[in-house]
Amino acid sequence: MIELKFRIEGGDFDRAGTASSETKKVLKQLNIDPKVVKRMVVALYEAEVNVAAHAWRGEVTVSVKDHQILAVVKDEGPGIADIGRAMLEGFSTASPKVREMGFGAGMGLPNMKKNADELKVESTPDVGTTVTMIFDF
Amino acid sequence: MKIEKIVQLLDAKILCGHHRIHDEISKAFSSDLMSDVLTLDADNILLVSGLANVQLIRTAEVADIHYLVIVRNKKVTKDIIELATKLNIVLIESPFSMFKASGILFANGLDPLF
Ligand SMILES: Nc1ncnc2c1ncn2[C@@H]1O[C@H](COP(=O)(O)OP(=O)(O)OP(=O)(O)O)[C@@H](O)[C@H]1O
Ligand SMILES: [Mg+2]
Repeated sequence: MIELKFRIEGGDFDRAGTASSETKKVLKQLNIDPKVVKRMVVALYEAEVNVAAHAWRGEVTVSVKDHQILAVVKDEGPGIADIGRAMLEGFSTASPKVREMGFGAGMGLPNMKKNADELKVESTPDVGTTVTMIFDF
Repeated sequence: MKIEKIVQLLDAKILCGHHRIHDEISKAFSSDLMSDVLTLDADNILLVSGLANVQLIRTAEVADIHYLVIVRNKKVTKDIIELATKLNIVLIESPFSMFKASGILFANGLDPLF
């Protein structure tokens, strides 16, 4: 089993995406089907950008074992009050600054759901959010 | 359509990836919305965008997009070019607006992604 860990700082858009980028390299070296790699990396990137955009700080853990990739993105932040609503396409509380960078269309969580074989979002207001995703290959 | 043709049609400049000017692509997508780009179901496309930031390059990387045109004469900073170079992405800069650039490419036979 392989395990990768990365830290994300809220607001740090210059580094948001490095976890996805490093993960992509490792998954490619493991010769995992490129279609699965793309699904996985896109979903992880959405989760990473969400920490940068909406939370204070977070940690990404990616583990690969036979035929399954597990990604856990756990943050400290304001949390999500209504997860059902956050999952809807178009729902966003992103700041103008985040929107200026090309994000904040409210498509990230629906896109994670589309790309992951399993998605679990757990959140406690004023504490933080944990997004768990499973990808089978 | 060859990358070198795109550069010529858009009165553009290659910022990095010069060695790939003979590469051929057949489809393109124009957007300033990274959220949209991340939902695309295709790789090996040309992305036309008015955004000039590091996230454009990161988004291209995770979406497996290797060819980018930045329109509207946006200032492309050194760190953007460095990251694109590292990721083997062809970065092209055009003075045209997104509408004009897309229109010219479309009229010359580059297909829309959808
Ligand atoms: N890690 C998080 N911490 C706090 N709130 C979050 C977090 N992730 C998502 N949210 C909330 O859920 C909303 C929807 O998230 P989603 O990723 O779908 O869209 P977005 O990030 O606003 O825009 P996009 O992903 O299209 O750039 C966010 O606007 C935010 O209110
Ligand atoms: Mg998002």
